[in-house]
Amino acid sequence: MALALSVALSRPGFSLRVDTELPIRGVTALFGRSGCGKTTLLRCIAGLDRIAAARVCFNGEVWQDDEHFLPTHRRSVGYVFQEPSLFAHHDVRGNLQFGLTRVPPAQRRIGFDEAVRLLGLEGLLARRPEQLSGGQRQRVAIARALLASPQLLLMDEPLSSLDATSKAQILPHLERLHEALSIPVIYVSHALGEVMRLADDLVLLEAGRVRAAGPLQLLLTRTDLPLGNLDDGGTVIHGVIEAHDPAYHLSFVAISGGRLAISMQPLPVGHRVRVRIDARDVSLALEPPQRTSITNILSATVLELHADGDPAQTLVRLQVGDDLMLARVTRRSAVQLELAAGTRLYVQIKSAALMEP
Amino acid sequence: MKNLLRSSAALPCALALVLAAWLPARSAAAAQLHIAVAANFLGTLRKLAPLFAHASGDTLLPSAGSTGQLYIQITQGAPFDVFLSADAARPQRLQSQGLIVAGSRFTYAVGTVVLWSPRAGAIAGGGKTLRAGGYRFIGVANPKNAPYGAAAQQVLTALGLWIRLNQDKKIVVGEDITQTWQFAASGNDDMSFVALSQVIGPDGKISGSYWLPPRSMYQPIDQDAVILSSTPNKAAAQAFTHWLRTAPQAAAIIRAAGYHTAD
Amino acid sequence: MAGADLTALWISLRLAAITTALLLVLCTPLAWWLASTRSRARVPIDAMVSLPLVLPPTVLGFYLLILLGPAGPIGRVLRQFGLASPVFTFTGLVIGSMLYSLPFVVQPLRDAFEALGPRALEVAATLRASPWNRFITVAVPLASRGFLTAAVLSFAHTLGEFGVVLMIGGNIPGRTQTASIAIYNHAETLEYGAANRLSATLILIAFVLLLGVYTATRRGRGGVRVWRWH
Repeated sequence: MALALSVALSRPGFSLRVDTELPIRGVTALFGRSGCGKTTLLRCIAGLDRIAAARVCFNGEVWQDDEHFLPTHRRSVGYVFQEPSLFAHHDVRGNLQFGLTRVPPAQRRIGFDEAVRLLGLEGLLARRPEQLSGGQRQRVAIARALLASPQLLLMDEPLSSLDATSKAQILPHLERLHEALSIPVIYVSHALGEVMRLADDLVLLEAGRVRAAGPLQLLLTRTDLPLGNLDDGGTVIHGVIEAHDPAYHLSFVAISGGRLAISMQPLPVGHRVRVRIDARDVSLALEPPQRTSITNILSATVLELHADGDPAQTLVRLQVGDDLMLARVTRRSAVQLELAAGTRLYVQIKSAALMEP
Repeated sequence: MKNLLRSSAALPCALALVLAAWLPARSAAAAQLHIAVAANFLGTLRKLAPLFAHASGDTLLPSAGSTGQLYIQITQGAPFDVFLSADAARPQRLQSQGLIVAGSRFTYAVGTVVLWSPRAGAIAGGGKTLRAGGYRFIGVANPKNAPYGAAAQQVLTALGLWIRLNQDKKIVVGEDITQTWQFAASGNDDMSFVALSQVIGPDGKISGSYWLPPRSMYQPIDQDAVILSSTPNKAAAQAFTHWLRTAPQAAAIIRAAGYHTAD
Repeated sequence: MAGADLTALWISLRLAAITTALLLVLCTPLAWWLASTRSRARVPIDAMVSLPLVLPPTVLGFYLLILLGPAGPIGRVLRQFGLASPVFTFTGLVIGSMLYSLPFVVQPLRDAFEALGPRALEVAATLRASPWNRFITVAVPLASRGFLTAAVLSFAHTLGEFGVVLMIGGNIPGRTQTASIAIYNHAETLEYGAANRLSATLILIAFVLLLGVYTATRRGRGGVRVWRWH
């Protein structure tokens, strides 16, 4: 599945030139700073804004080109806006059924009860929008979009209008969505943390241009991109829960480069997880560390070094098994340890850094 | 309410109601004459109607308005049978426009102008009161479109007061004689030139105080009637105008209302 | 109260109801267009819609009479089609009232549609609602307050109408004599008792109607509030 996108737009103080083909599988994050054109692009894909010189082709179906323009209601897109935008004249149930009733039963891919369960809306069905909190409203909005059985779900910074607690409450639902449904998602965000938790692929947008696009881990660890230089830059590694140690309240995750211990998770053995490792939580040792408090120690190979934004630090890109990882160490240490491409060493990851928030 | 608005039956139901309400109530009577009547004669016409109904069996349906407005409507094809104007000018114009039944124009009443105040003793010496001054405002109907106003102006001119009172800003002009009467009745002016028919009571007495200017001071206020050529009820209309002109009971009522009959 | 007065009252109520119903149906698309268009024609059309507010009612009635009368431009066209001129008939009253009360329906509807903002309809589009469907199931319910205001204003305004109906209707009892004209006639002939009775009845009916409408739609249970988004 692919989304061919070609957009050229020029306005005073803003220009957008995108010509790319995005593989649509799972969650593709559209990441960039505010004002870089992410929302414009998303609205163009949805057909909410008709940009003159644009071509949108989803899975071989032409949604827009020089001669045609398929209006939004005929494109099979779901859209979750930044502000929850529930219909004031319906209660929660009515909102949810709005899209559902407009899909012929044969084309429905998700049932009412399933959507309610996925977003945890069981007790809220009779409530009216004004009686809900921001986080609840957004969950209803997401479920509502899903119930229209879209072939592509577009989410425009759905969590940015919420407070930290609400965000924390919704993210697990979004993660579950990801696992439970096969609807591809384009997720716009300027929050790296959200992207790390949810995305499979990343498109980095800078000043109206696609700077880079590709699998999440690859882009996160590329030293030529600004992502690694961000304060909370790092990597995301997929693993599988291997075992639990209730005595020490730890869970063990098997990754390609070894095994990580994280704070015990209420997940069954065999469950796939994502592990986020920030560059600042990774330290390096040339010899296997002895008698250290740090539990997670893995062998790694240095791939390259790169200047960090902070002149006292250096960014080190490492290969750990099949995964890529970033470490941020002082430049002095890098020189003293004579780090260079090809150096084989050990990475030390503080356990605390691996906990899922 | 929401469900009602949204149900697909709502629109047809609403339309049905609209159409049903459009159908007018069935009218009752047999021969009905539509009479366009100047507002000042409406009350008198209402008293004449039952007598005429008794005499002929026909009903009168008065449509009152200002003479000017009625004239415009008649030239636009208003479905009146007979026009009882407050002046002679408009019926004359209709005649020259060929809108009336030939020879049907006649004077059905002659108006009398009277200077009146609701306060007893306010107008003691008639013309002398006017010359003496000592009042703030006199009400006069608009001489341009009300014959009673024109008459009032003629009276004041004959007394040599018209220009002076205008200069002293003591003339208050009412749009029609009803408004002029209201000025006096409400005390907003000291006295007004009104139609005698407005202030004469059913017993023939006038409350308050008044002065009847000599008829020589003003042009006769002939109120003319015409049968409109578009009438579908020519015979009944002629019967009515004939009755109005000749029946003694009609003459009695018209006189009692403060008019002269054209004799 | 006399039979003639009751008839006049009935004519007034019918006139107000029919005028309001027709205006709501015809003005909704116009108001929607005014609220959502970016065409340059919007400003002049907006101004034209407001014109009936500016003209004195008698003058408005006068011009309508000239236009629609048998000798007038529209009247002559109607005659060519074998239709009678609507002046001095109830139909003429409806036409005159619709023009007279037009701004009172278009403006609240237009304002209500404008207040919706684009978001609710965008959401509906992403949920597979076609433009007509969006209008009926989202725009109209969310603008229901505007519809209510428009209906109430039009009804009350038409009930009290005088100059236009007098001119274009001809004050024909049983046909075009409305309650307001009947009251005026009573006042003209100094029949103040009858005038007061009819006035009081008219006011009472209007008051009860308004009370009923506002009670049924007050905020709270069963009410509909206009929200922008949440």
